[in-house]
Amino acid sequence: MDKVYLDYAATTPVRPEVVEAMRPYWGEKFGNASSLHSFGKEARIAVEEAREKIASILNAETEEIVFTGSITESDNLAILGLTGRFPEKVGQLITSEIEHHAVLDTFITLEKRGYRVSYLPVNQEGQVNLKALEEALRTKTLLVSVMSANNEVGTIEPVEEIGEIINAFNKGKKDWRVYFHTDAAAFFEYLPLDVKRLKVDLLSLGPHKFGGPKGVGVLYVKKDVSLSPLYFGGHQEFGLCPGTEAVPLIVGAAKAFELASKEKEENKNRVTVLRDRLIKGVLEKIPGVFLTGDAERRLPGLASFSFRDVEGEAVLLRLDKEGIAASSGSACTSGELKPSHVLLAMGIPPEEAHGSVRFSLGRETTKEDIDYVLEKLPRVIEDIRKMTPKL
Amino acid sequence: MSDLSNLYSEKVLDHFQNPRNLGEIKNPDGVGTVGNRVCGDIMRLFIKVEEKNGEEIIKDVKFQTLGCGAAIATSSIATELIKGKPLSQALALTNKAIAEALGGLPKAKMHCSVLAADAVKKAIEDFRRKK
Ligand SMILES: Cc1ncc(COP(=O)(O)O)c(C=O)c1O
Ligand code: FES
Repeated sequence: MDKVYLDYAATTPVRPEVVEAMRPYWGEKFGNASSLHSFGKEARIAVEEAREKIASILNAETEEIVFTGSITESDNLAILGLTGRFPEKVGQLITSEIEHHAVLDTFITLEKRGYRVSYLPVNQEGQVNLKALEEALRTKTLLVSVMSANNEVGTIEPVEEIGEIINAFNKGKKDWRVYFHTDAAAFFEYLPLDVKRLKVDLLSLGPHKFGGPKGVGVLYVKKDVSLSPLYFGGHQEFGLCPGTEAVPLIVGAAKAFELASKEKEENKNRVTVLRDRLIKGVLEKIPGVFLTGDAERRLPGLASFSFRDVEGEAVLLRLDKEGIAASSGSACTSGELKPSHVLLAMGIPPEEAHGSVRFSLGRETTKEDIDYVLEKLPRVIEDIRKMTPKL
Repeated sequence: MSDLSNLYSEKVLDHFQNPRNLGEIKNPDGVGTVGNRVCGDIMRLFIKVEEKNGEEIIKDVKFQTLGCGAAIATSSIATELIKGKPLSQALALTNKAIAEALGGLPKAKMHCSVLAADAVKKAIEDFRRKK
């Protein structure tokens, strides 16, 4: 049986073109990019060409692109790197209740260290409340971090508006300004991303979400923004991410950016049709289910649901047996026995959040895959519901 | 979001995919309900008790569970472990014994076995109370 992978939001297969682009840099062109000799030069050129390519895709300057080890590291470097520039505990911080843990837990840590952090609420669709942002901004707000799109429910956040609000707030101020960071990991593959239009200072990305390798992340750092490194040792990556560059991964990252960017529109349209087919089919065929997240402003590849009277993990296990890979924000899959903070922030009651299942589609998803899910899923839900106590 | 299936033993998966003694008993002698919806897991155990040679025996047992794979598997194996057994023996069933019978459970899932052991105790208490 062919397996149906619908967990692209977790990670994606590395595209053959990317594997090909990386190939020489494992063996033949193995040099350390910091070395003076020809081996090093070859590696340095590869890294800098990759930087240039990614910069031009994001409409950034070459020296604004920093390679890190993961999206998580990009997020941490953005947040801790900025707060680290200032004397301890200076400046209030703002983020949202629905951030990925890579951002959320970093702010929680800062809060424990004595920073004031405001967590912006979201509406039922998962949209960050802009009014709450305006109210939360203070003279000494240092950083606002709001994700570009949510990876669990697929809601696209009003990042452009947030950029405008911050820009307006900063106007005329001389000795202090608010910085804006966005985690765009879930956003890049299908949607236009231009750092200048977004008015962001810091932006995190990672190629493993769109056909690139794991183990490398990207952080856009606007020219006039200075960060302090999180660890020390070398001069690599402008001293922000010291350590020998992962040349093959960086080359692979650039290739993945290039391909995704070239095919954005086409992939978006194709995947949107499939996503809508899945959503329509699930809502029609299965009783007691609703779509989570915004129906309109939603990532092209993401369909997330909450099924009544089932537990998400049980659904995943049954789907896995049918060869279908999905994921869930249920408590029982979280390891901490609390349902996803994203669903709770959206006002979904815990007993409904338990039945959450996320399907994320990608480049290789076919209509047949979707129809296979629509054939198997109703039975899976029905079988699990049969086990549920009738109280 | 993570898929825990790879952390489950074959036996857990078997009991999850093919639960034993699933369902309800009409006019049960005892019912034990544990857990709650907000926490995401509810287990319900129904028992029929019969006297045999002066001993009370669990003649039949069925369960219904809303919960994760481990919750379903622990309920399922618990029914197997107590079916046909004297009440005294069923009462002595520990969550550890349940987990061991399944070839072990991931650490984060041990509480599901506690739930199953509690459901057995509650069903027996209910039987005793009604008597
Ligand atoms: C929005 C978002 N941010 C951060 C991450 C963390 O990525 P990584 O685990 O690759 O560091 C993810 C991946 O799940 C994500 O979707
Ligand atoms: S029922 Fe939630 S972890 Fe087992």
